[in-house]
Amino acid sequence: MLNLYTFLKYGFICIWSMFVVAPFLWALSTSFKDFQSVTSGATYIPWLQFEPTLEGWRVLWKTPASGGVDIVEPYFNSIIVTCSASLISILLGTLAAYALSRFTFKAGFIKNNDITFFFISQRIMPPVVLSIPFFIMLGYLGLLDSLVGLIMVYIVLLMPIAVWIMVDFFNKVPREIDETALIDGCNPYQAFFKVVLPNSIPGMIVAGMFCLIFGWTDFFFAFILTFTEVQLLPVRIVALNSSITPWWSLSASALISVAPLIVVAFIVERFLSKGNLSGALK
Amino acid sequence: MNFRHKHIFLLPGLLVLIGILIFPILFTIRLSLSSWDSFYPGLDFIGLENYVRLFTEDQRFWESFFRLSFLSLTTVFLQYVLGFSLALMVWRDLAFKRFFRVLFLIPMMTTPVIMTVIWKTVFHESLGPVNDFLSLFEITPLWLSDDTLAKVTVIIVETWQWTPFMFLLLLAGLLSLPEEAFLAASIDGAGPVRKFIYVTFPLMAPISIGAIIIRLIEASKIMDTIYVLTSGGPGTATETSSFYIFIKGLREFQMGYSAALSFTYLVIMIVSLTIIAKVLVRVMIKQD
Repeated sequence: MLNLYTFLKYGFICIWSMFVVAPFLWALSTSFKDFQSVTSGATYIPWLQFEPTLEGWRVLWKTPASGGVDIVEPYFNSIIVTCSASLISILLGTLAAYALSRFTFKAGFIKNNDITFFFISQRIMPPVVLSIPFFIMLGYLGLLDSLVGLIMVYIVLLMPIAVWIMVDFFNKVPREIDETALIDGCNPYQAFFKVVLPNSIPGMIVAGMFCLIFGWTDFFFAFILTFTEVQLLPVRIVALNSSITPWWSLSASALISVAPLIVVAFIVERFLSKGNLSGALK
Repeated sequence: MNFRHKHIFLLPGLLVLIGILIFPILFTIRLSLSSWDSFYPGLDFIGLENYVRLFTEDQRFWESFFRLSFLSLTTVFLQYVLGFSLALMVWRDLAFKRFFRVLFLIPMMTTPVIMTVIWKTVFHESLGPVNDFLSLFEITPLWLSDDTLAKVTVIIVETWQWTPFMFLLLLAGLLSLPEEAFLAASIDGAGPVRKFIYVTFPLMAPISIGAIIIRLIEASKIMDTIYVLTSGGPGTATETSSFYIFIKGLREFQMGYSAALSFTYLVIMIVSLTIIAKVLVRVMIKQD
């Protein structure tokens, strides 16, 4: 009985691991192919089944004028937009979450929970609903196809996540910490910045990681609200897909663009195993 | 603590969010009452005409909505079952437990559209590895150009992409469960199956409901994957509400009508998610 269970367990884990890894391995193998090896059917092992070439990777650094893809600029754009939107969201989100966790608000029938729900409920909004008014609004403000416009939109996407995680986090931080600081003669801001904030670094890291994930992986808004001036990474790569698809550079650029966030998986796991995440995610 | 301080903490975030969102929301409602399209771009007032058209003539919207319900319920159910199984397996005793935890998390860190582009090459009908393997058995399914199989492909890709998220939420929940309940069950001599039914599952019910709702919310927005993988095709076989609104609004530029669609869709989403949440609470927590 127990042996059968163990057998099934490891079997399932192996199958799932293969399923998880398969597209990455396929992409890795494809990225070393050329036109000939791609169009002659599915092959997997370099040297044995096809002659590997570095062309798919070299193309990424060339400018479009010389037949390249040039993912360097979109890469930087993506980093700028994701990081600034995440930073602003975390900053404003942490402040708001602290207020919602510590003080009581009451304006008519609106209470703390309603304000928290308002923040979080923005995740329910389907992007397509917002896309048209955003398109018109940014056009009116002259921010279409610009980094600032995208950062603005991404704040809407990311702040709900930051507030959601940080409210739960602050609810777990004992109130005594800030009360002691207040008794010791700090004003509320000193209490927050000198005492509460240093204690909430783990929560902010978790919130930050989720902001990075959802910011980096967003495609739709970047796709609708930018054209040629500012292109983000996913848009550039998907654009490769629409023309006659060069699978080799497509695979190479896909791999290189998902690589940075793989690091996040390790950090998330660290928090998970130390038990810090459970509080933040419930 | 006095009145002023607490507002200084709360208001910057709240005002920024409202400031960015207030215009889009009000504008969508106003736009839905106009006939703005590519021939006549302007905010005229035609009353509820768009809504009448939506409820009486537009079969395609409702079809896309049922398709969305089908796809999101199926994928979330699959993700829940798989994610829960995986979380249970790497929860306690397992060799290389931390390695597998990282591995199982990786898909959710990757950009959905980019991985979908890769999946598209994987499912390619003549050059992809899936059909290369299946051709050993002399079958070569048309993954992306058959009505049913296109849906299956979307479900497979979505499951690959988002099971890790379910896995993460459920594993975080499992790791936060109190030890005492399990000790008590062991003392009573409960085997692994009974432990799961009587201890783990009931304890996990609130977390499960939370995770399912979060995933349903995200799944209902499914759009990127479909845009890249099938573009709603073949025909309209994989067209979901979001994608249909996208076509009407930003491809055919029927702004007014698509705003009416958007608003209706949003209301339906909020209502149905609330109902689903209520039902889930009743089904999963009443058990004990």
